[in-house]
Amino acid sequence: MITVNHYLLLSAILFAIGTFGVLTRKNAIVIFMCIEVMLNSVNLTFIALSRHVGNMDGQIFVFFVMTVAAAEAAVGLALMIAFYRNKDSIDVDDFNMLKW
Amino acid sequence: MEAILFYLTATVAIISAIFVTQCRNPVNSALNLITTFLCLAVFYIMLESPFMAAIQIMVYAGAIMVLIVFVIMLLNLGLAVKSRYTHGVPAAGILAALVLFVVNYFIRAGEATGTGGNITSEVITSYGHTELIGRAMFVDFLLPFEIASILLLVAIVGAVVLSKREV
Repeated sequence: MITVNHYLLLSAILFAIGTFGVLTRKNAIVIFMCIEVMLNSVNLTFIALSRHVGNMDGQIFVFFVMTVAAAEAAVGLALMIAFYRNKDSIDVDDFNMLKW
Repeated sequence: MEAILFYLTATVAIISAIFVTQCRNPVNSALNLITTFLCLAVFYIMLESPFMAAIQIMVYAGAIMVLIVFVIMLLNLGLAVKSRYTHGVPAAGILAALVLFVVNYFIRAGEATGTGGNITSEVITSYGHTELIGRAMFVDFLLPFEIASILLLVAIVGAVVLSKREV
């Protein structure tokens, strides 16, 4: 029997993998994809608990998380294109223009 | 049967999520990320939320991943070279393990309160999941919905402005 705890543990594992990827990778687009993995694990938590509690509000929150993820994808990828145009790289070690 | 499907899909989801973080070629990472999204859509169907599964496939695996793959192709990125700094890897591993440990602790600490709400399996099958989502979104959450539409508009304008050569 699959209970809500299985889903919560699975989303915890996915969140930990996403955290590891965000902290270790250098390529900005891969970091971005790891953030998407983290957002999706949170979505899984929302839907599992929404079904467990018997309330629709958690699934509406998933909609807003998806909206914010779409907005983030548009703006973040535009930033990466602008950065690549200036530096010919999207390595996060080169993101040091605000240092003095 | 449900348990077999759950463990099989969970294994695929975790393995492809690990490949997202470890592949040297960003395109392979993107394809593995699509696999993770499809596995999560299977979980949403198992949780009796078919509309969320459809949205997951259309918005995430469709729109957002097309955008990411398009940018990868546009920038023509090669394989990742060996990182200049690798001393962050053990610290990141410790932090990820800590996140897993803390979440696991909280999951085992107790039961969720406030269960037994009015959305049961019978209600979902009689009304349909899409109708329930629509009622909740356009009656209870109308103002956040409008704010989200403004956020999307701002994001579109911001993306156009940022990626123009000369403003």
